[in-house]
Amino acid sequence: MKRLGWLIPTLYILFLMLPIYWLVSMSFKTTNEILGSFTLFPQEFTLDNYKTIFTDSTWYMGYVNSLAYVTLNTVISVCVALPAAYAFSRYRFLGDKHLFFWLLTNRMAPAAVFALPFFQLYSAFGLFDTHLAVALAHTLFNIPLAVWILEGFMSGVPKQLDETAYVDGYSFPKFFIKIFIPTIAAGVGVAAFFCFMFSWVELLLAKTLTAVAAKPIAATMTKTASSSGYELGLLAAAGALTIIPGAIVIYFVRNYIAKGFALGRV
Amino acid sequence: MNKTVNQKAWFLVLPVLLLVAFNAIIPLMTVVNYSVQETFGDNNFFWAGVLWFEEILRSERFHASLGRQLFFTFSILAIEIPLGVIIALAMPRKGVWVSVCLVLMAMPLLIPWNVVGAMWNIFALPDIGLLGNMLNGMGIDYNFTRQPVAAWATLLAMDVWHWTSLVVLLAYAGLVSIPDAYYQAAKIDGASSWAIFRYIQLPKMKRVLTIAILLRFMDSFNIYTEPFVLTGGGPGNSTTLLSIDLVKIALGQFDLGPAAAMSLIYFLVILLLSWVFYTLMMRNEE
Repeated sequence: MKRLGWLIPTLYILFLMLPIYWLVSMSFKTTNEILGSFTLFPQEFTLDNYKTIFTDSTWYMGYVNSLAYVTLNTVISVCVALPAAYAFSRYRFLGDKHLFFWLLTNRMAPAAVFALPFFQLYSAFGLFDTHLAVALAHTLFNIPLAVWILEGFMSGVPKQLDETAYVDGYSFPKFFIKIFIPTIAAGVGVAAFFCFMFSWVELLLAKTLTAVAAKPIAATMTKTASSSGYELGLLAAAGALTIIPGAIVIYFVRNYIAKGFALGRV
Repeated sequence: MNKTVNQKAWFLVLPVLLLVAFNAIIPLMTVVNYSVQETFGDNNFFWAGVLWFEEILRSERFHASLGRQLFFTFSILAIEIPLGVIIALAMPRKGVWVSVCLVLMAMPLLIPWNVVGAMWNIFALPDIGLLGNMLNGMGIDYNFTRQPVAAWATLLAMDVWHWTSLVVLLAYAGLVSIPDAYYQAAKIDGASSWAIFRYIQLPKMKRVLTIAILLRFMDSFNIYTEPFVLTGGGPGNSTTLLSIDLVKIALGQFDLGPAAAMSLIYFLVILLLSWVFYTLMMRNEE
């Protein structure tokens, strides 16, 4: 049993990699090859699909738009979640437990329920088809998550740290920015990672709230799939490129991901 | 940690409260508003009372979607949670391979949901997909765009592929937090590996597994994009889950009243089931 222990993770990773391999391999094939014959490896290796994406502005702007609202969302979510998480981890106040639970219930709200009202709400505020609209809409599920994760990390810091700083004459904002945030830097990283992740992968709200100017890459892809016949190679190339930002982010936080949720309280 | 009572802490929570309230309360009120009114277009609304709620709760279409949704959610929980724990137990605890495993396993989590659906679509296509071609080559008649059973199998496989890693990461985080002394004590007592699992590892993983089950429950109940891209709810209505049905009614047919009533019932079902899960799992904790 012990000697064969490595087999289980290996098989699992193999299972994870197979569909990804197929996507990447398809992105290097010509449409003729994809539809004409079944080949395990690209026979006529081509970079045309990638060339199309990097030269056509409707394609590459999709990536720019997605990255823009995801970054904006991560910054907003983490910035407002930091003080709130501090309040939940250090103080007891009227309605704190109810508020915490109410925040978490928003994590449970199906995006499909909110799609139409969000469209009307953001149109009414003149924010439709802006990066800000998507970023704000995604805070609905990212802020509760960020508060939850940060609260867990903050509760792990002994209260003596705060008290010592106040005795030393630090004001609250100065203490919070200069001492406290650096202390829980790992927690901020983990919270930012999860905000990035859930904003990057969400499509329904992002698609509903945008038309042209802020259209995310995912929406460009679905439109291509339905309108211009069935350009599987192009679709596969666009899909393969969406994996890259995630992979980069994972690499940076690899030592912290596993701890992210474990330290949060339920 | 003993917390001090401080009502001023409300000011620290205020930004979060305002943002989430803007995003949650206004749209929710819009939904409530629609759910009790009838409209014939032109922004003319008439009071409809609980008509839509009665209609939805009686409609066979809703029962069928809800049934499929429950089947989907409980199936993936039954597969992903044990599988995730087994993989986490088998993972190395130290060395370079830990990072390699974690990075590779986390990859499906960061792929946009529609790409996951599209990826599985081209992976499973019967003629040109790797999986479909292999299965048919082995003599299994497989076509997920025509056969409901094949569509369901593909849908479940896709979700297992997509989310088992989350369970692995959480369970692994719980496992590495167990001090070595526990294992040494178990060794001295001559405990079997089952006993170690049952009395040391499982209790230590309980908290993270609670989080895993809750997150997987909530997210699988809300799932929309992946099945929509993979099967579009078909063949027929065989894989039309709640979200897909809801979007069909709300944005496809623009039946605002019934869609809003269905949204509220949907949300209440999630809240209720989450609460039941949470209390059941936390009951022995106190």
